[in-house]
Amino acid sequence: MTSLVSLRGVSKTFDSGTQAIAALDLDVRVGEFLSLVGPSGCGKSTALRIIAGLIAPTAGSVEWPSSKPEIGFVFQEPTLMPWRSALDNARLPLELKGISRGDAEARSRQALARVGLGEFGHAYPRELSGGMKMRVSIARAIAAEPKLLLMDEPFAALDELTRQSLNDDLLKLAREDGITVIFVTHSVYESAYLSDRVVVMTPRPGRVTADITIAQPAERSAAYRLTSQFTDAAGKISAALGHAMAA
Amino acid sequence: MRRWLTNSVPVALGIAVLLFWEWAVAHWQVPRFVLPAPSAIAKSFVDDQAQLAAATWTTFRIVIEAFLLALVTGVALAILFAQSRIVELALYPYAVILQVTPIVALAPLIIIWVGYEHIDRALLILAWIVAFFPILANTTLGLRSADRNLIDLFRLYGASRWQILWKLQLPGALPYLLGAMKISGGLALIGAVVAEFAAGTGTATGLGWTITEAGNRLHIETMFAALAILSVLGVAIFFLLSALEWALLHRWHESAVSPQE
Repeated sequence: MTSLVSLRGVSKTFDSGTQAIAALDLDVRVGEFLSLVGPSGCGKSTALRIIAGLIAPTAGSVEWPSSKPEIGFVFQEPTLMPWRSALDNARLPLELKGISRGDAEARSRQALARVGLGEFGHAYPRELSGGMKMRVSIARAIAAEPKLLLMDEPFAALDELTRQSLNDDLLKLAREDGITVIFVTHSVYESAYLSDRVVVMTPRPGRVTADITIAQPAERSAAYRLTSQFTDAAGKISAALGHAMAA
Repeated sequence: MRRWLTNSVPVALGIAVLLFWEWAVAHWQVPRFVLPAPSAIAKSFVDDQAQLAAATWTTFRIVIEAFLLALVTGVALAILFAQSRIVELALYPYAVILQVTPIVALAPLIIIWVGYEHIDRALLILAWIVAFFPILANTTLGLRSADRNLIDLFRLYGASRWQILWKLQLPGALPYLLGAMKISGGLALIGAVVAEFAAGTGTATGLGWTITEAGNRLHIETMFAALAILSVLGVAIFFLLSALEWALLHRWHESAVSPQE
């Protein structure tokens, strides 16, 4: 499989002197769903931001074998602009790219419909529940038709049912659009459910300690969470994580 | 019921106080140069209406001009501060000095500089100095409070500095700015009147001067009339700006959400 992006010996030391990641090597393959799992302080979020180009690595390089694709970013918080309606929030990336208003509105309307919020375009963030706000945030990310979606613990603050339903919707969206996803999470079960591959990182400084490939069935549902295939994967990730914590 | 109560209770109290005042002045035969009866003050409104109207217009014009000037300069400087840390470091201390120096102490100097023949300009400058700082300080804070992640998102999509300012920082600073405008509106009025006091008689012609003049001539009714107009002006400015705040924020800002929602 070809790589979409490769991190080569990437290190990041902040001005405060904290070393967030050290000599990180990571290949992200085209079309895969990759989870970064690790305890707090292992530099998962830093790695995402370096890939997005929001911060520069102190050492090492980020290589894009093809050109750098369109990137979407979803944060832990919905990060919506409270003064804009759901539709206008979802429209932001297209607006910043200078796409005409009519075109941008049609596309963001479609993105909202795809996350199940077709009826809520006029709603303001304060009128929406936590799960719905996160859906708007995802609609905003997919409105610009990214090839790579970076997600930084997006569902951590949501209740279990909302989280599972968003997991399913995310898988569907990523599959339909052929989006490569890099997903940061604390949750072993979430990563076992979503990922084609799980990379486990150690804290202070962040390094890769385990790289687990999971043979996932294309269709996953609540029943899949009860299969031994799923629990085996979760067990493997959990063991690797335990190892990383001890290190 | 609730709304009816919130409006009628203060009004009823006001009427009761006025009636008691009228009765008490007559009953204890309080001299009119100590405390005139409400009816005497009402008479002053009629007798001095030309003078009061002219004075109100003079003060009102200065307040509005000073407030608008404070709004424009305060926001402009705040934008400059948000763009450049160096500019902020260089200028902010002087803005604070301007703010903490008592306006009464500053007034004679400003009046001399501007000249007695341009007293309106001096009053405008003094009212502006008082009204300007809350707008500058709050707007600067508001512009700096933009969500870090949203700024990252804007950068991810290649937004320019101008786009970040216009689409993210300014709308985010709006609640701060509107709060500051309510404070500055009142301060502009205070500043204008204080400046008139400092300018002394014979030059200014606003409500502050009317009060000084009437006091010198023991026309206490006129003093009360001018005071009442000042209060009404202050309240009107506050309500207008509150209405503006509601109009701009009620769709999205938590402060404008009624508790029942």
